[in-house]
This record gives sequence, C-alpha cells and structure tokens, in this order.
Amino acid sequence: MAAHASGSSDRASQGDAAEEGPERLWPYLLVGIVLGIVFTRSGVISWFRIQEMFRFQSFHMFGIIGSAVAVGGIGIQLIKRFDARPMTDRPMDMPSDSFSAPGWQYWIGGTVFGLGWGLLGACPGPIYVLFGNGVTVIAAAFLSALLGVWVYGAIRHFLPHS
Amino acid sequence: MIDLLTEPWPWFVAGPLIGLVVPITFLYSGRKWGISSTFRDVCAATFPRNIEYLQYAWRSAGAWRLTMAAGLVIGGAIAAVTSSEGQSISAATQTDLAALGILSVDGLVPSEIFSWSGLTTLPGFVMIVVGGFLVGFGTRYANGCTSGHAISGLSALRVTSLVAVLGFFAGGLLSTHVLLPLLLGGDF
Repeated sequence: MAAHASGSSDRASQGDAAEEGPERLWPYLLVGIVLGIVFTRSGVISWFRIQEMFRFQSFHMFGIIGSAVAVGGIGIQLIKRFDARPMTDRPMDMPSDSFSAPGWQYWIGGTVFGLGWGLLGACPGPIYVLFGNGVTVIAAAFLSALLGVWVYGAIRHFLPHS
Repeated sequence: MIDLLTEPWPWFVAGPLIGLVVPITFLYSGRKWGISSTFRDVCAATFPRNIEYLQYAWRSAGAWRLTMAAGLVIGGAIAAVTSSEGQSISAATQTDLAALGILSVDGLVPSEIFSWSGLTTLPGFVMIVVGGFLVGFGTRYANGCTSGHAISGLSALRVTSLVAVLGFFAGGLLSTHVLLPLLLGGDF
C-alpha cells in the first residue's frame, strides 16, 4: 500500500491525469477463494458450529466474529486516521460517523434473517462455500433465498422502513 | 506446514483473516465489504420483471461481489479436495442434537436432512427451503447479512448494524430453541 501511495502521488505531481488504476476483478476472485478456504477450515460453514453458537456451548464462532470485528475495526480506524485513498479510481465509500436511529428494517429484517440462519445454519457467504464443498442441496436454499429477495423487492413498499 | 493447512483452523487464525478483508476492500476500491447483495444482483440479472428494487445496473454495481462469490465456490472446492478433516463439536451440543434425532455431527451439515431426498421431508423442506427464503428476504430487508452488518458494520461502529446483529441472534435463538425442537421433535 505504502509503495503504491507514494507511486501515485509521484505521478500526480507530474500532472498525470490517470494517477490511479482501473478496478480489476481478479483480486476479488482471489479474496473469494481465500475466504472459501478460511470459512471451510474454520467451520464457519458447519451447520453444527452454528448450532453450538446459538446454544452458547462453544466460544469458537464468537471468537471468529469478535476477532474479525476487532481487526476490521482497527483497519477502519487506521484508514480514517491516515485518510487513505483507494488504490483504484474510485471514491472511498466509508460509512459516515453521524448517528441515525435504526429503522424498523434493521429490527424486523434482522430477526427474519436470524430465523432463517438458525434453520439453514448458513448465511449468504457459506451458502456459496457449501456448494463448492459438494453440499449440492444448498442450491435449493440459494434459489429459495433468491425468491425471498424477489418477494422483498415486490412488497417492500408495504413494509415498515425507518 | 501441510498439516497446518489441512487441519481445522482455530478462531484466532480465521477471525483476523476474515476481518482483514474489510480494510483490504476499502483500500483496494473504497467498497464496503458484504456478500448478500449478490442475491439481489442475481435476481436483477435473471428475473427483474417490473420490480423497481431490481432495476439497476447490476453488472457494474455487482461485478466485484459476483466475482468474489465465484471465488467462494472455488475456495470451498479447493478446501474440500485438500482435506476432509472435521470440526470437533462440543459434547453439550452433540447431546442436545442427539435429543433432536441428529446423532452424527460428522461433516458440514446433518446429512440425513441436508440431502436431495431429505428435501422432500418436512424438516428438510423447512430448514432448507423456508430457511433459505427467510435468509434471502431478511438480508435484503435489513440491507445486509453477517458479512455486511456483523463484520463490516460493527467494525465501523454502526448502531444500525448492531441492531441488525441483535435481530440475527434473536431470530437464530428462536429457531434453535423453539422451531427446531418443534420440527424435529426428538423423533426424527
């Protein structure tokens, strides 16, 4: 990152308009592959691990989510502190610090999601990873989730939001 | 080294690696990391009909996350062929699940329910099809899932994400302690 930042500022000082690169997609493929391996090896995609979590019988999932939030939070604070800019020619879409009262969609939508998470034992990321692991029946859950998104899109005007 | 790669990974290795994706994604493209928006992208790409919610430039908005989702499938396949070592599930959970008729905690899912033949049973249909529907509906209603709210949102200290995560757990506890016992009845 540091090498890139200094490189782009050098070019900027030389008046080069294209100071930042286009967004390439292969890094996202790489991130996905790494996450797929991490999710599998650490049991994030295990229906049994999710049951352990909702029964408070193991620290494992809480440790994963907690340490992920800690590392992610430190990263975001550093990005803000040093006002880091994206490597690609895009704006930083960082959520603002302004407080907004959580609307109904977070309470109700979150609970509906949780009901499904408890039954299926998989959230959206693990749905993809389970399919890669050969649990092909998860495709039925994926199609059903798409239907859920579609129905939400169709009736969202009737649902309470903020 | 090979052993470390094929054995199950502890939480303090996996959690920080997952958390790193949040700042890395911001530093690369300024995007807020999340996965469930890909469901909306696929709907918009395949069956938008006249639904306003599904009328957007899904190709430019979603290319990055759809590519990542493809990586998730590939990563899962790589992990599967390089090792089949299972997780060690707590004894208390094994006892509780045995009381619900789930006698084996081998593998990634209870294989008798999460199979194509299990799909036609009532527990299989509710857990997979109804569960999937609620995950899809809920994640778009709440505008995020475990990645977008629990990891990205809490990392950014968002109160809205904290509420969503409280909802995730309220719903999950209800499913685990009320719906699953009703559904499986210990007589599966």
